[in-house]
Amino acid sequence: MRLEPVANPTLARSLGFPAGALALTVVIASGLALLAGANPFETLGLILKGAAGSKFALLETLNRATPLIFTGLAVAVAFRAKLWNIGAEAQFYAGALVAVLLGTGALGFLPWYLLIPLMALAAMLAGALLLLGPVMLKVRLGVDEVVTTLLLNFIMLLFVSMLLEGPLKDPMGMGWPKSEPLDPAARLPRLVDGLRLHWGFGVALISAAVIWVIQARTTLGYEIRAVGLNPQAARFAGIPVGAVLVKTALLSGGLAALAGWSEVAGLKGNLTLDISPGFGYTGIIVAMLALLHPGAVVISAIFVAGIFVGADSMSRAAAVPTYIADILLATALLLMVLAILLTRFRVVRG
Amino acid sequence: MDQIIDILLSASFWAAAVRIASPLIFATLGELICERAGILNLGIEGIMVLGAFAGWMAVYSGAGLWTGVAVAMGAGMLFGLLHATLTVPFGLSQHVVGLGITLLATSVTYFAYRLALPEVTSPPRIEPFQPLEIPLLSEIPLIGPALFAQTPLTYLAFILAAVVWIVLYRSPLGLALRAVGENPGAVEAQGLSVTALRMGAVIVGSGLMAVGGAFLTMSAFSSFFFEMVNGRGWICIALVVFGAWKPGKAVLGALLFAAFDALQVRLQQTGLGAEIPYQVFLMIPYVLSILALVLMSRRAEVPAALMTPYNRGDR
Repeated sequence: MRLEPVANPTLARSLGFPAGALALTVVIASGLALLAGANPFETLGLILKGAAGSKFALLETLNRATPLIFTGLAVAVAFRAKLWNIGAEAQFYAGALVAVLLGTGALGFLPWYLLIPLMALAAMLAGALLLLGPVMLKVRLGVDEVVTTLLLNFIMLLFVSMLLEGPLKDPMGMGWPKSEPLDPAARLPRLVDGLRLHWGFGVALISAAVIWVIQARTTLGYEIRAVGLNPQAARFAGIPVGAVLVKTALLSGGLAALAGWSEVAGLKGNLTLDISPGFGYTGIIVAMLALLHPGAVVISAIFVAGIFVGADSMSRAAAVPTYIADILLATALLLMVLAILLTRFRVVRG
Repeated sequence: MDQIIDILLSASFWAAAVRIASPLIFATLGELICERAGILNLGIEGIMVLGAFAGWMAVYSGAGLWTGVAVAMGAGMLFGLLHATLTVPFGLSQHVVGLGITLLATSVTYFAYRLALPEVTSPPRIEPFQPLEIPLLSEIPLIGPALFAQTPLTYLAFILAAVVWIVLYRSPLGLALRAVGENPGAVEAQGLSVTALRMGAVIVGSGLMAVGGAFLTMSAFSSFFFEMVNGRGWICIALVVFGAWKPGKAVLGALLFAAFDALQVRLQQTGLGAEIPYQVFLMIPYVLSILALVLMSRRAEVPAALMTPYNRGDR
């Protein structure tokens, strides 16, 4: 078999394959529910209900979506330039770490309207610097950034663990490796009174808009796309490929770090080792399902967060392991990239 | 310093280094086969998790140890088939597919584990492979216990390295496989199928990765734990680069790496361990992997067609 480009994909083709991919994912999920001895319709219903069945559930989903919007944007920005940043997890922790370093008293003399933006900026800087290393290695020495960014995730987690059991450990923490709580002035205010949703969600939406403007309306956006499509051609056209990759890295690392800042300052109020259940890795799925489009990242992050939140609550009600959420998303990811290919190419025999 | 020399002169240290190297050798050879054929397989981490579980679960359910190894290999090959189908004929992004396979294999494993053993807090143990002392050879000081008093899976790892070398460099299949990673167009012109060669390489390679994972549960730890693979797969990808895509050098790299790993465990128990946080020691393997990538980056021995999909209609 081989692939032949489809000149003008019909609407049916452009929608049919992605819809088919989602349908197939649901079928597979139903099969897994059956395997676990549960009723598939009931299981899916419970997931939906847990994700969006009440105001509380819906806001919980938006809450879970907040870090995913940031990491999804981080991955989307980088992947556009074919910069394979798999290190959003490490950059997340870099941002969270900075939030704790600056927010637990060091800058206690500042009012909240200075402290909060300063923390966000410092977090972005830390995340950006963390990605800069692998990108410089890629630009200067040709070291594949996939492996270096992946390995940095492990190093960063160990580094945070070291700090949390050492200098950053909360003396009041009953021996648990967690940081001291943030000053009230460093905490992000709630969006809805009495519920956990906080201003980090607002900042995430603003970030998505900013990235959209950068991509659609600026020279940098054009350059990033050109480098991603064909680095040789971009270089030939006079685009400084190395410099564009560095700028992309700063943007991407900074966004991923904002996720860590927002989780610490908005939701948790302190830093623990398990503050991220893999937000950096899930960001890759969010970005791919959104076809790397910043606006779509918001929707896809909410969708992905809904599956996690829904599966958690379903798992408490039915005897289906909560890992079904990860299987669903991995399947959706693989089927979706295939579906997108099939909208643009036709499979020909021979 | 004296402590380090004492460690280096102890037989148990070298025996540990060879043991730690064994799963890395299986998985590194598996990845090497994939990359030699032009496919970067980032599914390695998840396939190792799957292999660790599948082999262990088979033995726990009553199968023999070698059957367990075969089950692990089969499970790995199945996910290899999925990876290969998406990346070879369809030519999808090898990065995205690989990470997707890792997530899928890991979560399928955890799901299956929870279904098979709900409510279990400490996973049951199996009777793992026992060391097989080779008469006479195992009595050589230092080298004997290190190389000739290991479990059969370790011997298999080294035999496999030799087999991979012979196949790659001394057989027509190996020639075709190497060529398909360098210049698939030329292979097609010879009347061979690029698709078949690449898919075969990914399937077999993934099977070996799963056996690497199975080593952990069936030869090293005798039980299955979440996160037990813990980045070993990514380290194997670094080892392939470090070994310059050659099986012999990759095995040496794995041994060297494992020696450092065994050394850091022992250093933690010395005076140094009291002064330096244990996390620093745990970082060493990952830092070493990055260093290895940097050191080897100057050498242009990368298979020329690595990560480039081949579509017959294109040229």
